[in-house]
Amino acid sequence: MERSPATTAVMSANALQGLIDALAARRYRVVGPTVRDGAIVYDTIAGIGDLPAGWTDRQEAGRYRLERRDDSALFGFAVGPQSWKRFLHPPVETLWTAHKDDAGVTIAAGPKTAEKFAFIGVRACELDAIAIQDRVFCEGPYPDVAYATRRRDAFIVAVNCGEAGGTCFCASMQTGPKAESGFDLALTELIDDAKHEFLVEVGSAAGGELLAALPHRPATDAQRAAAQAIVARTATRMSRSLASDGLKELLQSNPNHPRWDAVAERCLTCGNCTMVCPTCFCTTVEDHSDLTGASAERVRKWDSCFTMDFSFIHGGSVRKTAKARYRQWMTHKLASWIDQFGTSGCVGCGRCITWCPVGIDITEEAAAIRAAPQAAKGA
Amino acid sequence: MPDIEHVLNEHPFFAGLPPEQGKLIAGCARNRMFGAGQYLFHEGEPANEFFVIRHGHVALEIVAPGQAPLVFATLGQGEIVGASWLVPPYRWTFDARAVELTRTIGIDAACLRGKCEADHDLGYAMMKKFLSVLVQRLHATRLQILDIYGKR
Amino acid sequence: MRAPPDPFIPQLYRVRRAQRELADTVTLELAPQDGARPAFQPGQFNMLYAFGIGEVAISLSGDSNDPRTFVHTVRDVGAVSGAIARLTAGATVGLRGPFGRGWPLAQAEGADVVIVAGGLGLAPLRPAIYQVLSNRRRFGRVVILIGSRNPADILYRHELEQWRQRLDVDIGVTVDHADPEWRGNVGVVPALIPRALFDPHGAVALVCGPEIMMRFSANALRDAGVAADRIYLSMERNMKCAIGLCGHCQFGPDFICKDGPVMRYDRVAPILAVREI
Repeated sequence: MERSPATTAVMSANALQGLIDALAARRYRVVGPTVRDGAIVYDTIAGIGDLPAGWTDRQEAGRYRLERRDDSALFGFAVGPQSWKRFLHPPVETLWTAHKDDAGVTIAAGPKTAEKFAFIGVRACELDAIAIQDRVFCEGPYPDVAYATRRRDAFIVAVNCGEAGGTCFCASMQTGPKAESGFDLALTELIDDAKHEFLVEVGSAAGGELLAALPHRPATDAQRAAAQAIVARTATRMSRSLASDGLKELLQSNPNHPRWDAVAERCLTCGNCTMVCPTCFCTTVEDHSDLTGASAERVRKWDSCFTMDFSFIHGGSVRKTAKARYRQWMTHKLASWIDQFGTSGCVGCGRCITWCPVGIDITEEAAAIRAAPQAAKGA
Repeated sequence: MPDIEHVLNEHPFFAGLPPEQGKLIAGCARNRMFGAGQYLFHEGEPANEFFVIRHGHVALEIVAPGQAPLVFATLGQGEIVGASWLVPPYRWTFDARAVELTRTIGIDAACLRGKCEADHDLGYAMMKKFLSVLVQRLHATRLQILDIYGKR
Repeated sequence: MRAPPDPFIPQLYRVRRAQRELADTVTLELAPQDGARPAFQPGQFNMLYAFGIGEVAISLSGDSNDPRTFVHTVRDVGAVSGAIARLTAGATVGLRGPFGRGWPLAQAEGADVVIVAGGLGLAPLRPAIYQVLSNRRRFGRVVILIGSRNPADILYRHELEQWRQRLDVDIGVTVDHADPEWRGNVGVVPALIPRALFDPHGAVALVCGPEIMMRFSANALRDAGVAADRIYLSMERNMKCAIGLCGHCQFGPDFICKDGPVMRYDRVAPILAVREI
């Protein structure tokens, strides 16, 4: 989408510190990428010193490691094991607490945190993932009000990818690498021996207001072209692709395809894919009480369809085998999701491929089923 | 016996048979009536006659020592009691008891077997009809043994 | 008009009455601590919460026109259902709901209605039966077919015998096995379907019970000429949030909690017999 010169600007890399400070001053908890335990994770950052300057990631199926870059780019990597769902859809949340005494039982909604988040460095695929979870949590018959509040209050600074991750395929999923919408500000890092600056696109009134308070200058045509070129180059460097045409019908009509048995031989049902996936949203609830039985609480936690308990009904679990559980995950992600929420559940971030201990590749599985559909035989 | 022949032709089990075959079968048939609680046959007895229910109910049961007999099926109007007459050793494998006053047509097994041997068209038609009933009953029996209403 | 209660938080209800139905099955009448109980559609369910133990999804089994209580028939099959089933009059229970899509009674008006219940499946169908019988003129022939393990396990026996006394309802009952004291049918409930008297053309069938029984009953209904898009089943899967957010109750693309539990047969038929879906 063409942006008029009025909505693009350039700021120096150091000015990014001012951006972070301005957000902190406005009482945002500023979260961004940082290096920890050999990975780039998302956590509270105080300034650009916390960003992974000069780091990039090398990702392949079942492999992730950090490597030093030749330059000191602040966002010269793809995505790490975490996604922003850690903050918008927290792994643990107390839904309510209850007390019981002679007078009776009282139940009160769980403690509400008043945190509002500012995310620095949200990739295009992640913007899409957030939009997908917005549909899950806000557009059903019973919206998750806590999620909606966190969402509404979040300030998003996106970053356009200058590197194609080793396992990404956003281009074929049409979710990137360019951030098109869903952000307050979007940055493209322009770095060479001579300069280190950011092209800034304004995506909302709030973004424009914040930019106005920071040192910046209007973007030149050359700078805009340079930014576009970076993103275009990233799009050509994707290592894999997922063909979505007819994929939904293909998966839904092949529940007994031999490929499911084949992948089940490898799948450990460890659930890593569901933990790192930015759109997986399944949760469970745990009811706790203290030893006296006087108080109880209900806590919601992330869950995974790969657990044996996930599909438990009296008599046993519906999906006992690894085959059934892998099939459930992949069919949900690429097919049922479309019936449920109108879009694919996959944004092509590649995390499930990287973080699978045995390197199962969702694009490869889809291609294998497509190559030899069995539907004629009948499910 | 025109009366029996007419009844047989009207009976749903024999629907679709050409009249000559109906006549052949009727030649082996007679009216049989059982009072409430009366047994049509007992386990182990020779399967000399099978029964086509016109009105009433028949319970199929198995006895075991120390327990009341276990009723595992009931058959009603339009249904056939007994298939063991078709296959050697031609012996009943359970008891059949009329639950209430039950009118049937009893068909002599040896007579009909003889006619089926002589007329293979009749034999084939009877096999097809019985096979269909047996498959349905097998299917239902499988469902029953799953004990689907029981707790797991 | 009061705002609807927060669907995440249990409301407090008191057990007005606890009636034993079978050795392991109890019917509870629940009245809200404050105010009136919300309206419900036959076929919907509530999440019942036993303090400190957990929640379980239980179908409503009472009269939707009686505004005083929610009625639930609960079978003891686990920690939570067992705790709920052991509640006595006066006890407090938490309740979220009602949730889900109910039986399509409006669609059945003007047609013959065939209700097929297996075992405890009669409980979620009872509210539909109440509605049909209290608006009898709106429907054609009404056939109720009930299957049970044995005569002692027939649910709501007393009520069945009362319904049987009506002149405008056909009731068929069968058990999987019995002793000779039993004068009724012995055999599986799908076998009652070909002998039932109703016009399949336009008939609506409501089926509830163990999944195997529903599958084979649907087959028998299809064989009898009932259209696949006029047969309805009540499906069951693991339920946690009951409001379409936790993902547990998915059955193919459908969430049993919000797209069900009542589902149209033609929609679920392709995956009903697929193992472990």
